[in-house]
Amino acid sequence: MTATITATAKATRRLLMGNEAICEGAIAAGVRFYAGYPITPATEIAEYMSRRMPEVAGKYVQMEDEVGSIYAIMGASGAGARAMTATSGPGIGLMQEGIGSAAAMEIPLVVVVVSRPGPGAGDATGSGQCDVMQARYGPNGDNAVIALTPSTVAESFWLTVKAVNLAERFRTPVILLTEGLLGHMREVIDLPDYSKIERIERPRPSGPPEKYETYALHKIDEISPMADFGSKYRSVLHYVPNHNYAGRTGQDALKFTLNHFHAKIESRRDEIIMTESLHTDDAEVLFVAYGTQARSAHEAMNRLRARGKKAGMLRLITLWPFPYEEVKQAARAAKVVLVPEMNTGQVQGEVLKALRRHPAEVLGVNHLHSDPITPEEILDKLTGVL
Amino acid sequence: MTTVRKTYKPLPMEHYIENYAIMPAVDDHFRYCPGCGLGLAQSAVVRAFDYLKLDPSKIVTVSGSGCYAVMGQYIKAHQFHGPHGAGAAAATGIKLANPELTVICLQGDGDAVSIGAGHFVHGARRNIDITVIVFNNFVFGETGGQGGPTTPLGSKTETSPYGMIENSFDICQLAIGAGATYVARSTVYHAWHLTKCVANAIAHKGFSVVEVLQNCHELWGRRNGMPQASQMLNWYRDDSITVAQAKEMSPEQVKGKFVIGEFVRSDKPEIGEEYAKLIARVQKKG
Ligand SMILES: Cc1ncc(C[n+]2csc(CCOP(=O)(O)OP(=O)(O)O)c2C)c(N)n1
Ligand code: SF4
Repeated sequence: MTATITATAKATRRLLMGNEAICEGAIAAGVRFYAGYPITPATEIAEYMSRRMPEVAGKYVQMEDEVGSIYAIMGASGAGARAMTATSGPGIGLMQEGIGSAAAMEIPLVVVVVSRPGPGAGDATGSGQCDVMQARYGPNGDNAVIALTPSTVAESFWLTVKAVNLAERFRTPVILLTEGLLGHMREVIDLPDYSKIERIERPRPSGPPEKYETYALHKIDEISPMADFGSKYRSVLHYVPNHNYAGRTGQDALKFTLNHFHAKIESRRDEIIMTESLHTDDAEVLFVAYGTQARSAHEAMNRLRARGKKAGMLRLITLWPFPYEEVKQAARAAKVVLVPEMNTGQVQGEVLKALRRHPAEVLGVNHLHSDPITPEEILDKLTGVL
Repeated sequence: MTTVRKTYKPLPMEHYIENYAIMPAVDDHFRYCPGCGLGLAQSAVVRAFDYLKLDPSKIVTVSGSGCYAVMGQYIKAHQFHGPHGAGAAAATGIKLANPELTVICLQGDGDAVSIGAGHFVHGARRNIDITVIVFNNFVFGETGGQGGPTTPLGSKTETSPYGMIENSFDICQLAIGAGATYVARSTVYHAWHLTKCVANAIAHKGFSVVEVLQNCHELWGRRNGMPQASQMLNWYRDDSITVAQAKEMSPEQVKGKFVIGEFVRSDKPEIGEEYAKLIARVQKKG
């Protein structure tokens, strides 16, 4: 371990693993509570946080399991802390009730998922992109979700900052979907001065405490102020979604609330959706890629461009809410759209949805095992098509 | 260590209502069946708050799913009403994040020692300074009276129609085994004793457990020959013995009795305090 960085370090250049960069991003964004349960390939996050949390006067607790971990960060967030957990494959399954409940209770928190491939234990030391749909549809009840996915170590840092801020801003769980490959990859990163990092505060109440209600909403897309446990405002965090919203009761309250969970996020897509476009204006071959596999797609695009082909790429940074509009825009000139991903086509399906009436052919390059998709494989898929 | 004075005189109900209770709206009613022991248990909890003169804005109640879980909604305090079984884990997060809070985990027997058993025993092991009050009614109430890990052997429930054949947990022994540093049992019949146990548990620094034997005459009593609340209450009155009495008796004599009183009150490092020391140590080095 090199010299420790305090919470307000001067900018420093470091060689960090993706998993470590996530921790630094969390600390920079003000995360001061971490609860987790070790699991490969996410374990370094727990290890690193156990060392770093006390350094920044935060708390680290190793819970008895992932269920306990998600509940502990829900509690800590209710008490006003910026809170995070991290897990992989089997662990994310265990957390789902908690994540859905946090969405219903409108508790801000960040769940990092360092994905591995396969059902059951899968390939514990491997890498995958298998949890795209689980991030969106994992919890019961079809709640709206924000999920971000980094491609590099540096982006692992910055997207964690973003995830924390989005969670606080929207009073909602945010999922950072990363992969074993990136979690364990080391790259040079310039860590900024943490005191200069923007920290968005969750909306907090003002006015007379007797008037405060935790979920007093009047408009469907409004985000109600959240009081900390221990403040003079009585905070009642409730996981039954028909809390009495602005005078509504029973079925009316339930309908209103369930729609509200979606409306507050859907109405702010502009603030959430991030993509990166490369040569999409004239792209006849469009790669839609994300995470580490966007790096192979990038190389494939460069090789095609070098051969004079009009290739472009849309890199998805936000996976949920899904950037349908951005995909449509990027595919304007496309004859073929190629989606390389380490699953059987989870994002490809969403791309097909986005391009429902579009003439382009949408193809996938899919791996179910841990080996990254190579640029050659991606290009091979185009033989006969171009 | 605070111990509740024996001379404390309960005040008129209005006093507790004013300071610690939230009454249901006029056109609403308490969501317990008539005569349910949860009403008595709730009174004991707010009396304990009053005895300790707790500031309601520094109390958080934590509950999961069950008949008992609406209790938090009738108590003037912050409330975390989360998933079934989450109790001790959520309370751990709340207390570690803000050690100044008094965190009271209200739990059903299903919550505490069935679905939430892992969090319960690990909370005890860590000795996190929270108070867990387990309302033991021998059944799963909210889902309609199924058997669970506290259902007495041989008794009938919706899912043990031929009589329960599984052994049950002794919640207090489980808590002691896991390392809880305050463990007591009382019943809703012994309202004042119960109040003292709850107040002592809250005043105790560390993981405190109070098991409350609570009548569910509707779902358990009805199927086991005690359809009236009073029958179950009389049972708790007649068949309860104190910890001291139990010590003088043979195991055969104790069998089938409810042993009430304090089992454990000990000092052990508390995780929140230990963590504060750890932070100080780490920061001094850095
Ligand atoms: C994960 C999960 N499983 C099952 C349930 C259904 N459920 C609601 S309350 C309950 C049992 C409640 O029993 P207990 O904790 O003893 O409380 P009581 O109703 O008896 O007061 C169950 C099984 C649930 N809410 N969540
Ligand atoms: S079902 Fe039993 S525990 Fe539930 S409210 Fe009725 S009497 Fe009380």
